[in-house]
Formats: sequence, C-alpha cells, structure tokens
Amino acid sequence: MNRDNPLVLGIETSCDETGIGIVRGSRLLSNTIASSMDEHARYGGVVPEVAARAHLEELVPMIRAATEDAGIRLEDVDAIAVTYGPGLSGALMVGVGAAKALAIALGKPIYAVNHLVGHVGADVLQTDADPGTEPLEYPTIALLVSGGHTSLLLVRDLVSDVELLGETIDDAAGEAFDKVARILGLPYPGGPQIDRVALGGDPAYIRFPRGLSHHKDMEHHRYDFSFSGLKTSVARWVEQTRDAGETVPLADVAASFREAVIDILLTKAVAACTDLGVPRLLLGGGVIANARLRELAVERTDAAGIALRIPPLSLCTDNGAMIAALGAQLIMAGHEPSTLDFGADSTLPASVIQG
Amino acid sequence: MLLAIDTSAGTSVAVVDGVRGVLADIDTADTMRHAEVIGRLIAECLDRANVRVADLTGVVGGMGPGPFTGLRVGIAAARVFALGAGLPFLPVISHDAIALSRFRAGHTGGLVVVTDARRREVNWSAYSGADAAGLPVRLAAPGVAKPAVLLEPDWVYAGLVRADAVTVPAADLGRVAELLLANDRAFATDAAFYLRSPDVTLSNGPKRVS
Ligand SMILES: [Zn+2]
Repeated sequence: MNRDNPLVLGIETSCDETGIGIVRGSRLLSNTIASSMDEHARYGGVVPEVAARAHLEELVPMIRAATEDAGIRLEDVDAIAVTYGPGLSGALMVGVGAAKALAIALGKPIYAVNHLVGHVGADVLQTDADPGTEPLEYPTIALLVSGGHTSLLLVRDLVSDVELLGETIDDAAGEAFDKVARILGLPYPGGPQIDRVALGGDPAYIRFPRGLSHHKDMEHHRYDFSFSGLKTSVARWVEQTRDAGETVPLADVAASFREAVIDILLTKAVAACTDLGVPRLLLGGGVIANARLRELAVERTDAAGIALRIPPLSLCTDNGAMIAALGAQLIMAGHEPSTLDFGADSTLPASVIQG
Repeated sequence: MLLAIDTSAGTSVAVVDGVRGVLADIDTADTMRHAEVIGRLIAECLDRANVRVADLTGVVGGMGPGPFTGLRVGIAAARVFALGAGLPFLPVISHDAIALSRFRAGHTGGLVVVTDARRREVNWSAYSGADAAGLPVRLAAPGVAKPAVLLEPDWVYAGLVRADAVTVPAADLGRVAELLLANDRAFATDAAFYLRSPDVTLSNGPKRVS
C-alpha cells in the first residue's frame, strides 16, 4: 500500500447523505453526495428507514460518479474508508456492508472510522479553491453541530487522541432548528428556514433559556448541551401569544431562538478553549452553514484570542471526503487497517477513532 | 462462476459454478449481525472455493423479501462487489432459492415458501412446481401476511405444501442464477423486496405544550 500519499475512497451513510469522497493524501479529488433530505421533508425530520432505503439506491451511482469526477479507476484505490458510527444504525449498515464488499472485490485494505472524528478530518483537505491552508495544529477544540449530533471534542491528535468533552443530552442542535421551524409553521429542514425568517428580527426580543448554563449544571454538564427545554419554551411563548389573540412576531422569535442556540454553542466552545488553554477552535457539521453562527464565532474567538477554523461548507455537511481524509491520515501515520469484523455502532464514542 | 450473497434471513454466501457445482457455501442463521459477518463470510467463501475475484463471472444478490435492515446489507454488498469487480449484478428473489432447494430434494407440485418478516408477520411465495429447466414456477409475487391468514382454509394457496425456512441457501440462489443464465431467462427486477412501506406517520402539526 502507498503510505505516503494514499488514494482513498471514503463511504459515508450515517444519516441522510450518501457521501462518496476520494482523496489522495491530503488532497481532495472528489466529494460526491446524494441527499435524501427532500424525501424527509413531508415528515418534518429524518426518517431512518427512508434514509437507509435511499442509501441502498444511491451507493452504486455515487461511487461511479465519484470515480469519474476524480478521474481515477476503482482499481487504482489504495484503501477504502467507511463510517461505522455514530449515526443511524440501519443507514450505517448499508455503508458498512458495501465498503467491506468493495474492499474484498478490489483486494484492498479497509479502515472503519468514526464519523465525528471525520468532521475534524475534513479540515486537513486541500482543495483547488483553497490550496494553501496551514495544516491543522493540535491540540484543538472541535465543535460539531448537525441534525444528528452536537459534540464538543478535545483533539490532541487527529489519528490517535480524541476526547469527548461534552455532547447534547437530548436533541441535536439541528433537530432543535427543525422542531422550532415546525412550531413556527415553516418547512423542513428548519435551519435555512429559521435563518430566512430571522432576517431583520431582533435577537434580543425574547430571552429564551440557554440549556445547561446554570451554575448547578456546570458541575456535571459543563460542556454538555440541551435543546429540548429551549424548544418547549419557544412553543409555550408562541402558544401564549396566539392564545392572547396577538400575532406572533416571526422574525423576532426566529432570531431570538437562533441566538439562544448559537450563544450556548459558542459560550461552551469558547469556555472549553479557555479552561483547557487551547487557543484553537474548529467548527464542523451541517449547522455551520448558518451564517449567524459563523459571524458570532468569528466575533467571540477574536475577542478571546482563539484561532478559528471553518472548513469549506461542502466539507462541513456530512460527506465521504472527510471519511476518506481521515482514512488517509490513519494510513500516512502508519496505522494498520481494520479487520473485516466491525459492525455498525450507532453510539460509537468520539474517542474511538478507528474500529 | 458466480458469487451469491443473501441476507434476507441470516447471512449466506456461496460460490457456484455451472459445471463444477457448489465450490463453497457458508451461512449463519444469526439475524442480528449481518453487517458484522458479511465481509468475513465473503472472504472465507472465496478462500474455501479457492477462487480469485478475477475468476468470477457475476454476482448474485438475494433481493428478499425479508426484514429490511438485514436485507439491505447483502444487496448493498452484492451490488458494490459487482461494481468493484467489474461484473454483472444478478438479482434473484430469495424465496426462489428456498423453492429450488425443495424441488432439488425431490419435492414435486405446489409449494408455499414461508419466512419470518418480523413484527408478527411472515413473507410468503407460492409456486406451482419446477419447470423443464428445473426453475421454480411462481404463482404470484411474494407477499406479506399475518401467520393466521396462511392457515385459513379459504386462503388462495391453502392447499399447497408449506416450506418454512430460517435461512436462504446461497448455493441455491447461485443455482437459480445459473439456470436463468443457461436458459436465457430474465432476472428479477433490481429492487429490494420490502413489501412494506417505511412506517412513518405524518403528524398533524406540533402538539400543544401548555
Ligand atoms: Zn455529521
């Protein structure tokens, strides 16, 4: 196997994106994605069975498209990398089964990798649009926010030392956006809709609660998140306003809700940097597409003297390139391949980088 | 020479050859570990058959019916193996393999193949017998039903001999494919036999919290 500059194909099926990525070392060659998001829209959230069915149909076309896009042949690949957790179990299993079969068919090694660590791995990729980024420095704090996860990691080394500092104890932040969008009568996915409606709204109009931020929570849940109370609080506010026969000021509610989510995310992320003396923060996950989050992240990290890194948005949302990237980093660091016996682990801890 | 993969019940993998017969055949009835075992079973099967990927001429996939989560693992593996190896993917209805094995064992006449569909339901397929080529002749598309329905005297296929199975023999899945190829017959549609819609309920908007 080429360990200096390996050509790796990554397979990602942990949620509703069927992602195939191809990298050569740290260089991105293809990031091919099919999303079943539209199929979930009528249900207001990701339906695991619908997602898994879509993965099964999209895998072969996406692998074909990715190799074409990268200008490589499948047999040129040095290794296969695949997400084996955390995520939706039935969805993960489709990717795991496919990846193992592909590795055997090609006679190539397989690397089973952690989805969350993959989000961090996205940052090492060099693209044509962004060829000159400085390499990721360690240690770094990573804040990973999507519809499926909300996690705060301490990454001492991408391929060997990742620690989970905290995560959501109920809904993921992206889920909270979806649920509040429904409360406000907006379609799925909620993030972009809330953003659209919040335009011109007053983020300080209503002071919605910041979950797990009270003094008593800080002992056991210092870096954990909670969004279900926030969601209920928005619902109650909207109901009471309607009950009183008043019009709900959509822009202000949306802006205030969004501010509450973003505030608590960044407050805890910056606190982790400060507490642990780590002057670097990396963002990942689909919710990073939120412009207000990025804007406030710049503001807060600047004020605290923290270097902020945000990979290109196409690499922030779930994708196969980040999985391929992590696989390539493992190979270049001399890690041995996974054996064929791993399964899908829907609750895989962030500290387990490779299976 | 064909690699056959089925995860519609347990996990089974076989390598079959039109001339030399079954070269290797491995299965497990475990219905909970499809993703864990699929790779090892494929690798071991090729090993035992002493066959290289380059020797294969096609990959057969059991398309169900069967419980969804497991079923998909084998279909994904078979389709992607075919893609990786540059081979045709040959979809076969899993119940046809069970029927073929009964006909090969000497059964003649009608047959109803029954497998577990989870959630207190079964999948069934009815056959009138084997044709001149030896292929099972299907009377209707696979169905899903409460077990009691199949026991009712006026059920449309009530008179046929019943064959309950907990595994799908991949060797017979491969044999069905060999017979289809040899007799220039059409393969099944390349689509998983789910037989149920994804069970999701459309909500009527958010519930009140106060
Ligand atoms: Zn993710």
